[in-house]
Amino acid sequence: MIQSVLIILISVVILVMAFVAIYHKSLQVAVIASGIISLFASVAYIFLAAPDVAITEASIGSVLTVAIFFYVLNKIRHEDIKK
Amino acid sequence: MIQYLEIEYITVFAGFLLLMVGLWGIISQKNIIKMIISFGIIDTSIHMLLVAIGYIRNRTAPIIDSAVSKSDAVDQITDPVPQALVLTAIVIGVGITALLLTYALKLFRQNKSLEINQYNSLKW
Amino acid sequence: MKILRNSLLLVVIGTMTWMMFNLYKDYDSRTTLNETASYYAEKGPDETGAANLVTSVVVTYRGLDTLGEVTILFLTAAIIGLLLRTEKDSKTVPLRQSSEFLITAAKVLIPMITLIGVYIFINGHLTPGGGFQGGAVLASTFILLLISISQRKIGHRLLEFTEAISGFSFVLIGILGIILAAGFLDNHILPLGKFGHLLSGGAIPVIYSLIGLKVGAELSTIILELNQIQRKDDTIS
Repeated sequence: MIQSVLIILISVVILVMAFVAIYHKSLQVAVIASGIISLFASVAYIFLAAPDVAITEASIGSVLTVAIFFYVLNKIRHEDIKK
Repeated sequence: MIQYLEIEYITVFAGFLLLMVGLWGIISQKNIIKMIISFGIIDTSIHMLLVAIGYIRNRTAPIIDSAVSKSDAVDQITDPVPQALVLTAIVIGVGITALLLTYALKLFRQNKSLEINQYNSLKW
Repeated sequence: MKILRNSLLLVVIGTMTWMMFNLYKDYDSRTTLNETASYYAEKGPDETGAANLVTSVVVTYRGLDTLGEVTILFLTAAIIGLLLRTEKDSKTVPLRQSSEFLITAAKVLIPMITLIGVYIFINGHLTPGGGFQGGAVLASTFILLLISISQRKIGHRLLEFTEAISGFSFVLIGILGIILAAGFLDNHILPLGKFGHLLSGGAIPVIYSLIGLKVGAELSTIILELNQIQRKDDTIS
């Protein structure tokens, strides 16, 4: 019973963060929202008895994807300011 | 009806909804970076769907240690095949995101804009 | 005009939602394992010698998928290195010096995180973990290293060497499996050992360690390429 309530909470947070990622004006906030989606999905994988997938999703989706996004966003902003 | 409030039903439902939200994001947004973020959201939703389909109620992770013994592993573990498939898919997803972002950077250097309305040189 | 476009998009998304709902309506969760999974659960620990069943599926039963995935990662790193190539004599942009706090903390944290990453992929066949997870943690260590020493250049010879040797050894072990044992990437080329110990599972620890090093080196190469372009100031692409 407590598991169902927690999974409902996690799903609601994931869906709200998905809307934030699409509709927010600032690109940095959208990228961090996609990182939060990966993090909460990793918690859901623990409930679904998949610890290997949880470790992979937490370390790749939240750290590496967000870092790659920020490197490219910095380069685009740098060239935009210089122009 | 109360049966539909178990973990795997909720996760499959959330996975399908997230798939629709990601698809809506790809179609309706004009910024290329937002389209790449929506693509990542679609990826995450498919992975959630795959792992949730392989879940069996009241069973534990497919690792044989003090909790699960070798002889009755058939009755106590969840399905290990979808987890192995999703493991590979997550790593490929990050490779695809890196490639998409490199293409977006090259396009930005070409046309100095991140809106896809400016890239209509292939339209007839 | 905007309302017409949004309503048309809503119609498209609504149609797809209705199709997905028809798929969801007949979904019943399973109560027993299907045939393939029961075979892996019954015969997996004795045939492969690994305690982690997901590891035995990824490395031995479906080893060709892992080979394809390693190939795709190699292609990605090569394409990104090709596209982001810069001229040798373009001007360099001075980067800001990192703060003292970050440099000191990085000096303490980087060996520990590397140790955790190596532990994760060495014990991949006993506990949750494995090559991909350990490689991702090693790439995170590399990000911390790049942020904390932003003034200096980093040579990438060690990364290229590690990646090349790991990939080559992985394929070599696969071919050794054809010669000495039953098939490609079979793990019976080394003795199976006692179940649950570190040196059990035949060639599975060796294969997974090589995969962990290769994935870590490849993701680090992607991060390094994206970092090199921050220092270049080229106006013509």
